[in-house]
Amino acid sequence: MTQTLLDALSLLGSFDHRLLDIVALSLRVSLTALVIGALLGLPLGAWLAVANFRGRGALIVALNALMGLPSVVVGVLVYLALSRSGPFGSYGLLFSPAAMIVAQSVLVVPLIAAVTRQIVEDAWRDYAPELSLIGIGRAQAVALLLADCRFSLSVAMLAGLGRAMSEVGAVMIVGGNIDGYTRVMTTAIALETSKGDLALSIALGIVLMALILGLNIAVHFIRGWALRRYG
Amino acid sequence: MFPLRIDALRFAPEGRVVLDELDLVLPGEGISVILGPNGAGKTVLLRLLAGLLPVHGGTIVWGDAAQPAGRLAMVFQQPMLLRMSVFANVEFALRPQAMNSAERRARTSEVLERVGLAYRARDSARLLSGGERQRLALARAWAMRPRLLLLDEPTASLDPSATEAVERIIREIRTEGAKVLMTTHNLGQATRLADDIIFLAEGRVQEHEPAQRFFAHPQSPAARAFMQGELPWRIAFDR
Repeated sequence: MTQTLLDALSLLGSFDHRLLDIVALSLRVSLTALVIGALLGLPLGAWLAVANFRGRGALIVALNALMGLPSVVVGVLVYLALSRSGPFGSYGLLFSPAAMIVAQSVLVVPLIAAVTRQIVEDAWRDYAPELSLIGIGRAQAVALLLADCRFSLSVAMLAGLGRAMSEVGAVMIVGGNIDGYTRVMTTAIALETSKGDLALSIALGIVLMALILGLNIAVHFIRGWALRRYG
Repeated sequence: MFPLRIDALRFAPEGRVVLDELDLVLPGEGISVILGPNGAGKTVLLRLLAGLLPVHGGTIVWGDAAQPAGRLAMVFQQPMLLRMSVFANVEFALRPQAMNSAERRARTSEVLERVGLAYRARDSARLLSGGERQRLALARAWAMRPRLLLLDEPTASLDPSATEAVERIIREIRTEGAKVLMTTHNLGQATRLADDIIFLAEGRVQEHEPAQRFFAHPQSPAARAFMQGELPWRIAFDR
């Protein structure tokens, strides 16, 4: 056990290129999925917070339920959509990083949208009377509330990033875990552990944990600074 | 838009009567102060006039129209301040109006100057003190050039100097031609500001008199009891 841990630290210390490639691909895939998730999830959640239409409650329940969507189910659905016989088969995306980005985005969008909806709705409840008297419409209110809740919404972004980076089932199915092409940290950990190469698994696990912890610490301090600066 | 005529106004959410058979006629000038015990429906009346709550019965007629022709602004007890600068908190409220950017900026600078917040224009609005927040909310309402300004306890929880500053701004807004309708629990403030007093209790107007006459000789038993500090508890238990 101790030897395995020393081997893992040695891999980290030597900046093993195989390990760095996997980390770089993981970050590229997950951060791209996060950007897509934010671009779609933030406005969707904010719109749902201020909108008033028949079936809104059902949509909110569905969105909340989608937060717990099993990643393997998403993997299968995206696999079917991108396979040769699927509606997007002609794009040839299956078993590529692009397919993994699509799968992670499908997982992240409902999560960001659901958390955003809750945060923005709380603010909307306080702001709606004054905004409506001023003459601000619901569409303008969406942009205004997203800007006003930006520090609280960092939680939604962190949750989305955590979901994307820790996900293994969907990217395994649609990416294929191809060495040097679609192998990311989580799929590599699963594979190397099953092969008995625990040193690489532990090294990747340390990097994964450090990244998530580091990002959370950074956001915590940035949020604290911003609250002191802007109230 | 004026006179504002309210006839047999009723507000009873889920059967709980808050206002009932409320009649009131308001002229288009001066400061009208609504007094009354807690739960009398003062804030509800302001919100009904602002269109923020649905009317359950009766009519509100603005001059000859069902909707107010002039602009209406409201300052709440806890004003909404966006996480933006003091300047931006006023300027954004002018965007729905037919003004270009230069006009909006000029108007914003003007009102901030008049409420004494120009020196804090770049600061975050959320970092202002209670008195400054209320002055900013008044500046935002003032910038919109309202014909009717509704104020819901604008100085609640402010210290005397902040209260004095807010009262000075309210007088200036009145002088510029806006009709002011406000609620307060502060009888001293009502004495200083009011041209007329609307005394509300048990969901209706008990008395509407010029301020001097009201304070010298309150006519209704409820108003007399309120002035002697007895009414709030009695009403609270009766209801």
